[in-house]
Amino acid sequence: MDASGYIENDSKAMVLLMGLRRCGKSSICKVVFHNMQPLDTLYLESTSSPSLEHFSTLIDLAVMELPGQLNYFEPSYDSERLFKSVGALVYVIDSQDEYMNAITNLAMIIDYAYKVNPNINIEVLIHKVDGLSEDFKVDAQRDIMQRTGEELLELGLDGVQVSFYLTSIFDHSIYEAFSRIVQKLIPEISYLENMLDNLIQHSKIEKAFLFDINSKIYVSTDSNPVDIQTYEVCAEFVDVTLDLFDLYKNRLGPGNNDEDGINKPIYQELKNVSELGNGVILYLRQMIRGLALVALSRPKNADVESCLTIADYNIDIFKKGLEDIWARSKIDNSQIKAIQNESVNR
Amino acid sequence: MSNLSSSNNRKKLLLMGRSGSGKSSMRSIIFSNYSAFDTRRLGATIDVEHSHLRFLGNMTLNLWDCGGQDVFMENYFTKQKDHIFQMVQVLIHVFDVESQEVMKDIEIFMRSLKQLKKYSPNSKIFVLLHKMDLVQLDKRNELFEIMMNKLTETAKQYGFPNIVGFATSIWDESLYKAWSQIVCSLIPNMSIYQSNLIKFKNLLDAYEIILFEKTTFLVICSSNNKTGGDNGDNDNQSNVKELGSIKIDPKRFEKISNIMKNYKQSCTKLKSGFKTLILNDSIYVSEISSNMVCFIVLNNSKQPRQLILENIKKAKEFFQ
Repeated sequence: MDASGYIENDSKAMVLLMGLRRCGKSSICKVVFHNMQPLDTLYLESTSSPSLEHFSTLIDLAVMELPGQLNYFEPSYDSERLFKSVGALVYVIDSQDEYMNAITNLAMIIDYAYKVNPNINIEVLIHKVDGLSEDFKVDAQRDIMQRTGEELLELGLDGVQVSFYLTSIFDHSIYEAFSRIVQKLIPEISYLENMLDNLIQHSKIEKAFLFDINSKIYVSTDSNPVDIQTYEVCAEFVDVTLDLFDLYKNRLGPGNNDEDGINKPIYQELKNVSELGNGVILYLRQMIRGLALVALSRPKNADVESCLTIADYNIDIFKKGLEDIWARSKIDNSQIKAIQNESVNR
Repeated sequence: MSNLSSSNNRKKLLLMGRSGSGKSSMRSIIFSNYSAFDTRRLGATIDVEHSHLRFLGNMTLNLWDCGGQDVFMENYFTKQKDHIFQMVQVLIHVFDVESQEVMKDIEIFMRSLKQLKKYSPNSKIFVLLHKMDLVQLDKRNELFEIMMNKLTETAKQYGFPNIVGFATSIWDESLYKAWSQIVCSLIPNMSIYQSNLIKFKNLLDAYEIILFEKTTFLVICSSNNKTGGDNGDNDNQSNVKELGSIKIDPKRFEKISNIMKNYKQSCTKLKSGFKTLILNDSIYVSEISSNMVCFIVLNNSKQPRQLILENIKKAKEFFQ
């Protein structure tokens, strides 16, 4: 099947997932986008044709997985069109295997992709690092980075920006890597970050994430550095919320508790507040389009109740802001399309 | 049940079963916060491993995890028999459903019963048919029936007519269900909790309230269903019908146990335990005494949060 046949909608940011065979591409897809248990990925079959995952957060994303054994440079593949429409190229390297071949392959793909589309983001996942010791991880990363650099230099591509991530499906590192990759593709990211910064400054929040509920990728966060532990706790908080809600969704859903007719449209917004023994408050609110805001706050000596009220109010405003951005980006897209159509018609 | 030794609130639980049947795995999951994956690390239990667990504050569970290799087994039934089988409140016998030597498994069971009859005739017997996940879905019920018939018959011969059986697996909620009921059978003032809980439920206009033990998250009791004593899915199913047309997962108690335990685990990353959780203003999870957590589902999400939290605080004295 022709991979380029999938590409119809150019407004979608496309992420291309590539790598040699058996390096873990399908496992990544299943774990991140389908909530598969990491151990179950052992039984996945080898992928034989390109597969596409749709994933809509603030923007629509598509992740296309290309089977490792295919040669993209055969004339039958419309590789040029494929790479042109792609926002990010994610290349997976199996760190537990001989990776020399992978690096050569990677350099070749970068060479091609960069010529066709100089705006492409090139991201390399040094994958399966769960099996490596702490020292070895760093060594492997340095080695792979260096060798990739040399290969690219040989091809005369020393100006290309390549980002490297150490990942494993057995912990949160793969989500973290995908979060960063996706964030680069969202044009509104700087506004989002500003909004979140504003929010946390005025609501005594320590750290706030904007999560995609289904995949637990964070679309945006405030500008404070991300502590992986905080991320994990927040991601697990999303899980807890969804699981509990699922059990009682017939009770908590619409229509049950609204006898007086003030029924909120379609579904009730998820909200979860949890206080921990040491005063930390975890806060979750559902936003638009499958997003949820998860915040961690430490009110210290302040009154918890008033903190929450202020946070509630501010997050209402934040949500309105998100809606505005979303409405605007839709208009932008349709305008772009209109312009494109016009130019075609001429 | 009351006999002499239960008055000092130390309960002796014997965990028996042949080597590799999964005794230590289940103990670690329920009482030591292991995840199902973590149990792969466990090695064979040598001789008897004792663990003392404080449960509900004033009750201590002495869990005797008896290593199941034949050499040790032989010892238990000969040299150590008075030591092992004296003052036992509960025998939990674990059977591996995938076992190749069923007859031998049953023989060990028979020998334990024989000793028990002699040393602690009032003890309760629970059998767990473990590793159920390895059996095909449609054959599980059938297998369970066959095994239970056989075991009940065997137990009758040794003077234990009321044995209770569960099909369990560490990979789903069945393990929590079984252990909840085992532990509940040891709590003496269960009916008081139950009636207080129902009063509390009516007071809060709640849909249901479930009490959990704090460290293990085993279900103690719920406002809709007696968890202690009764058994089997039939009860839960009829329960669902009673509650009206809205279908609610009959396995929800165990699922909540699982979810909350995971949550507790993730809270430890922030170096803390959790205090309260409020979902959509209608599910409240909060400590209700130093060793119990209540899980409240309200009928109406419009009640003010402060009122509910205050009510929970006030209710604490009834659940000590």
